[in-house]
Amino acid sequence: MKAAVLVFPGINRERDMARTLRLVSGREPSMVWHADKELPDGTDLVVIPGGFSYGDYLRCGAIAARSPIMDAVRAHATKGGLVLGVCNGFQILCEAGLLPGVLMRNENLRFICRDVYLRVERSDTPFTRGYNAGQVVRVPVAHGEGNYIADGETIAKLEGEGHVLFRYSSPDGMIDPNWNHNGAINAIAGIVNEQGNVLGMMPHPENHVEAAIGPTDGRGLFAGLVEALDRAA
Amino acid sequence: MLGQAVGTGIAKKNAMKARVTVTLKSGILDPQGKAIEGALRSLGLAGVSSVRQGKVFDIEIEGGDRAKAEALLKQAADKLLANTVIENYCVDVLG
Repeated sequence: MKAAVLVFPGINRERDMARTLRLVSGREPSMVWHADKELPDGTDLVVIPGGFSYGDYLRCGAIAARSPIMDAVRAHATKGGLVLGVCNGFQILCEAGLLPGVLMRNENLRFICRDVYLRVERSDTPFTRGYNAGQVVRVPVAHGEGNYIADGETIAKLEGEGHVLFRYSSPDGMIDPNWNHNGAINAIAGIVNEQGNVLGMMPHPENHVEAAIGPTDGRGLFAGLVEALDRAA
Repeated sequence: MLGQAVGTGIAKKNAMKARVTVTLKSGILDPQGKAIEGALRSLGLAGVSSVRQGKVFDIEIEGGDRAKAEALLKQAADKLLANTVIENYCVDVLG
């Protein structure tokens, strides 16, 4: 795996992400500054980490999505390269038009910082091959704007074509409004694009990978990516 | 926002003032508007039936061509100021 982690002013989860990528893949990721125009040669995974790019000015992710590096990310995605956006990274991917829909203010108006349960909807993607379909994983969220919405046609397409990879659920995998912390439509926590190579998700799998600090449920996502990329190489 | 800070003081010759207003599309949940609505009610201001929050951008444009200014601002709104998935915008060149 040759990962590149994008760094924007105001991003603050890039080192957690880099640490996890190093831990799981055994390889140091490149850190790529937003004003750069190119990704390092041979990059096979672009990761857009969480944080508060540009202080969430205008709309979350709006200004970062128009950075010079995003043209290179778009080109990478068009060629089928893998892209993972977590939290602010998901918001940036939506603002950049690489994923449909938008992340609105949480329904209860609060910033939510806690562990949540996610039901993995399918295991036949490079992002979820480390899990079983229907498996429930526990990972943290930390966001004020994670309430996913899109127009009816887009939602029907996401659902119809199996582009929803993660949903907020109860610990036993039930979809229930009480466990849908931010009010996202259909409890959507993570989606892929039509080609299946760009994933955006609000929760932070990179923060649950080491037994020393709690559950390790997030590890499956990165281990699966390493496996998928090594197989492709 | 930035324009305001940089342009403080003397307005440039031939500068036109314009305003872009961005509002949420109808049907899009606006929790902030709802909270403001509730706060108005708790202040005892009767008769407010609904509040929707939006954004206003006051922009100065170089040159005096109105049509060009409108086209430029529409581009600005489409490309950055509004997210047209959830927002509408309206451009007013004030002269």
